[in-house]
Amino acid sequence: MTSQFKIATFYLYRMRQSWTTYLKELLEIVHYFYFAPAYHLILEGILILWIIRLLFSKTYKLHETYKLTEKEKEDLIEEWQPDPLVPPVSKDHPSLSYDVVTGHKITINGKECINFASFNFLGLLDNERVKQKALASLKKYGVGTCGPRGFYGTFDVHLELESRLAKFMKTEEAIIYSYGFATIASAIPAYSKRGDIIFVDEAACFSIQKGLQASRSFIKYFKHNDMEDLERMLKEQELEDQKNPRKARVTRKFIVVEGLYINTADICPLPELVTLKYKYKVRIFLEESMSFGVLGEHGRGVTEHFGVNIDDIDLISANMENAVASIGGFCCGRSFVIDHQRLSGQGYCFSASLPPMLAAAAIEALNIMEEDPEIFTVLRGKCKHVHKALQGIPGLKLVGVQSAPALHLQLERSSGSRDSDMQLLRTIVEYCLERRVALTLARYLEKEERFLPSPSIRVVVTVEQTEEDVHNAVSCIQEAASAVLK
Amino acid sequence: MTESPATKPADGEARPRVKNGLKPERNGLVKSLRRCHERQPKRHCHPEEEEVHAAALNGGLYNRPFLESFEETPMLVAVLTYMGYGILTVFGYLRDFLRHWKIERCHIAREKEEQKDFVPLYQDFENFYTRNLYMRIRDNWNRPICSVPGAKVDVIERASSDYNWTFNYTGRVVQEVINLGSYNYLGFAENTGPCATSAAEVTAKYGVGVASTRQEIGNLDGHEEMEKLVAKFLGVESAMAFGMGFATNSMNIPALAGKGCLILSDELNHASLVLGVRLSGSTIRVFKHNNMQNLEKLLREAIVHGQPRTHRPWKKILIVVEGIYSMEGSVVRLPEVIALKKRYRAYLYLDEAHSIGALGPRGRGVIDYFGLDPCDVDVMMGTFTKSFGAAGGYIAGKRELIEYLRSHSHSAVYATSMSPPVVEQIITSMKCIMGEDGTTIGLKRVQQLAGNVVYFRKRLQEMGFIIYGNEDSPVVPMMLYMPAKIGAFGREMLKRNIGVVVVGFPATPIIESRARFCISAAHTRDVLDRALSVISEVGDLLQLKYSRHKIHPSLTRTCTRTSTTDEPLLS
Repeated sequence: MTSQFKIATFYLYRMRQSWTTYLKELLEIVHYFYFAPAYHLILEGILILWIIRLLFSKTYKLHETYKLTEKEKEDLIEEWQPDPLVPPVSKDHPSLSYDVVTGHKITINGKECINFASFNFLGLLDNERVKQKALASLKKYGVGTCGPRGFYGTFDVHLELESRLAKFMKTEEAIIYSYGFATIASAIPAYSKRGDIIFVDEAACFSIQKGLQASRSFIKYFKHNDMEDLERMLKEQELEDQKNPRKARVTRKFIVVEGLYINTADICPLPELVTLKYKYKVRIFLEESMSFGVLGEHGRGVTEHFGVNIDDIDLISANMENAVASIGGFCCGRSFVIDHQRLSGQGYCFSASLPPMLAAAAIEALNIMEEDPEIFTVLRGKCKHVHKALQGIPGLKLVGVQSAPALHLQLERSSGSRDSDMQLLRTIVEYCLERRVALTLARYLEKEERFLPSPSIRVVVTVEQTEEDVHNAVSCIQEAASAVLK
Repeated sequence: MTESPATKPADGEARPRVKNGLKPERNGLVKSLRRCHERQPKRHCHPEEEEVHAAALNGGLYNRPFLESFEETPMLVAVLTYMGYGILTVFGYLRDFLRHWKIERCHIAREKEEQKDFVPLYQDFENFYTRNLYMRIRDNWNRPICSVPGAKVDVIERASSDYNWTFNYTGRVVQEVINLGSYNYLGFAENTGPCATSAAEVTAKYGVGVASTRQEIGNLDGHEEMEKLVAKFLGVESAMAFGMGFATNSMNIPALAGKGCLILSDELNHASLVLGVRLSGSTIRVFKHNNMQNLEKLLREAIVHGQPRTHRPWKKILIVVEGIYSMEGSVVRLPEVIALKKRYRAYLYLDEAHSIGALGPRGRGVIDYFGLDPCDVDVMMGTFTKSFGAAGGYIAGKRELIEYLRSHSHSAVYATSMSPPVVEQIITSMKCIMGEDGTTIGLKRVQQLAGNVVYFRKRLQEMGFIIYGNEDSPVVPMMLYMPAKIGAFGREMLKRNIGVVVVGFPATPIIESRARFCISAAHTRDVLDRALSVISEVGDLLQLKYSRHKIHPSLTRTCTRTSTTDEPLLS
């Protein structure tokens, strides 16, 4: 006790002492310890060890709060019952049996029909030239590529297709994917990472949504084609950035839009988007699956439609499954941007490359598009015609702009529930099918869509449809509508 | 080599044995299965004794010897490899410094002038590896070819005048390069023969595209026929096919598991599985590659503790494994996985991208290889790209599973359906393997592949290379280790008219760069011999014969096997 008291007084005393005597006093403390009783030192030693233990042990361990015996564990394992791997699907689910389609003067379940449902805008699906080129390629290369692009899966045809696409779109570089859906879904996460911000139109298609999900960035949805709403969000973000400039310097920002929306059949206001891009320093990714080979004088898509400089768009992606009538997709833009995907685009690096015959077919389709830009004028004319003809069907409302080749017919008044709406529309589709007009319902995964579009019938315009076909189809729909929607 | 003669099998073939590589942590056996079947409290038994038990017991699970080896990296090689990367990194920084001060010319594509003040699209360090390491040896990848990717292939010659920043085509074609790179396991990459003929007929009839989805108006009769055939081929109730193998995984796993589910994924699973698992929103736990002890531990823990924080029981547990791992050449320990899955009521997702067609006496993949019942695997996934020489992937299993996918798969609803000639190629090649075309060509190919694999692997081991993986796996990784040897090996081989695939970081662990050979039924013995002699020559040139288990060609195959495995795993 005395030693401790002395130490304490020493500390007080020391404060008044000068530094020169410090060492001497320290020696004296050691001296006092030396003379302290042993039990004291042991006790203090234990106390110090205890404190160290408290300092270094974790404060609270979840799993240590209970210890299960082996028997208890076995019981738990015995008792656990998992959910079924998949929930049962009701026997009458409409998508359990698909319509079986044969040939391309389309035969559905054995009935030959005029096709108003496939996205075969330019009628290249059945084109003889395309088929011949595909056959020639098949003869040379076989069907599969047996490897990803990196490992002997790059064929000369792929390189040719890439340079042709770049030339067609007037960009520096293009990159092809073997699956349309995977194109934009791989491209977005190649650039946008965790912490980055993406502004997306609410009507964006499902593959964009998947890309956003894979990127793990912050997603901000703006109202469909509403530039004021977008600008409001961009302004908000700008304020946010000013608060935290250090973070803002590394946060990439993107706007992702579609050229021609598949879900709403209208066009994005690209010139305004480009203005916003430079004003708020945001990059634009443009998905053109519906507009490539459709809009613009030469079918270059929405940039040509608006006369926007293609270099102002950071990345354009489109699939080659609609207008081009092959398989796969591509991205194009400046080399600075596109080249990055060759190592970072997951769907590009880790997937087998596009079968060469499909690439050859796409090249021939590009040839046809380049040789005869008239085809786009024809398509535009047909779109306008169909758009006009489909106006004013009682009970049905036409959704889409007049230059869109894939329109939606929605119910004017919902019957109350989505299921019964779908049933009504399905009856119309079946009625038309009976009369040899092939239409289809637009299908969505209802639980997965971020903003589920209203139920609709898809009406696809192609250059192959004659005026008579259109007339037939429209009167068919009209009859069906008046019969079904009383 | 530590084995006592008593434990050596009499003939090596007849008695089932389970053996492992030199890294015990890579592969493990199921402990508790042993525990629960055996009920032997004695834990400290003699190592030799225990091995006998293990062999006998796991012999109950395995109907054939399961031999995989992963020879340990020699210490000196590891040190030198790290030094190699160190030097490359130092030089990388030096050259970045020179580029920054414009002393060295910079070839990197530049941001547009107007966008210089945007947030940079790439982080600087992101591209350090690409710029300074990958660029040096870039010519080993993306080599363009201009023929069928069969046993031999024509490679378009490229040249670079600026150290691989750009390539120009010399206009010459390197003819008849022996192809050890394509996944053409059964040699169905052909431009003649029944497959090509029927694909051509279908092209003439249907064209190449479909321009609609399966659910809308893109469901051709061929698709239905193919799916029925796939189900029959695999011996399951039902199947569904998708246009891209990668997307089959990444878009269907989210339909099978979601929040509140647990996914146990092998650490070496393919990127598509990893992406699918991530997109699903389930909790993910990764187990060590092919390590059944680790898997079991995770399963037990998961069921006992339930979900984190809330401790609610998991809704379901899905084990995700591959049949053959494409970078290791290892075969999944499927009998043990199935035993575990049954015991713990988990579901099993088996990705047979590389194994379908390439393994098993009838070419039905890893299930056939082990002689198991396909009904024990809940989700069978595979691709058509490799063995069938087509494109796309499938999922097969119980009728309920496929019905659910038909209505809920992303691909059925949103993606364009498969191209008709590709479908036809699958139908014809699959019928050929099944013998439904009335010939035994398919079966012969399966046998030819199996023979080629054993021969090729044995010869490489005899030469003293370190070869990874299962002795029956057609994916043969050969270790190169050092970064400089990646490029050198690829180039020297091409110089001698052999096309190989070389891989380094990030596809492999940083010091385990390797070359990967894919054996095909289209390779004749003669072609393989030629390739082997060149590999040996280049191996001597680059000092690649690292193996310290020298095997003499005179020894029989049985001896080769036992001596590659150094110590009993279970001791």
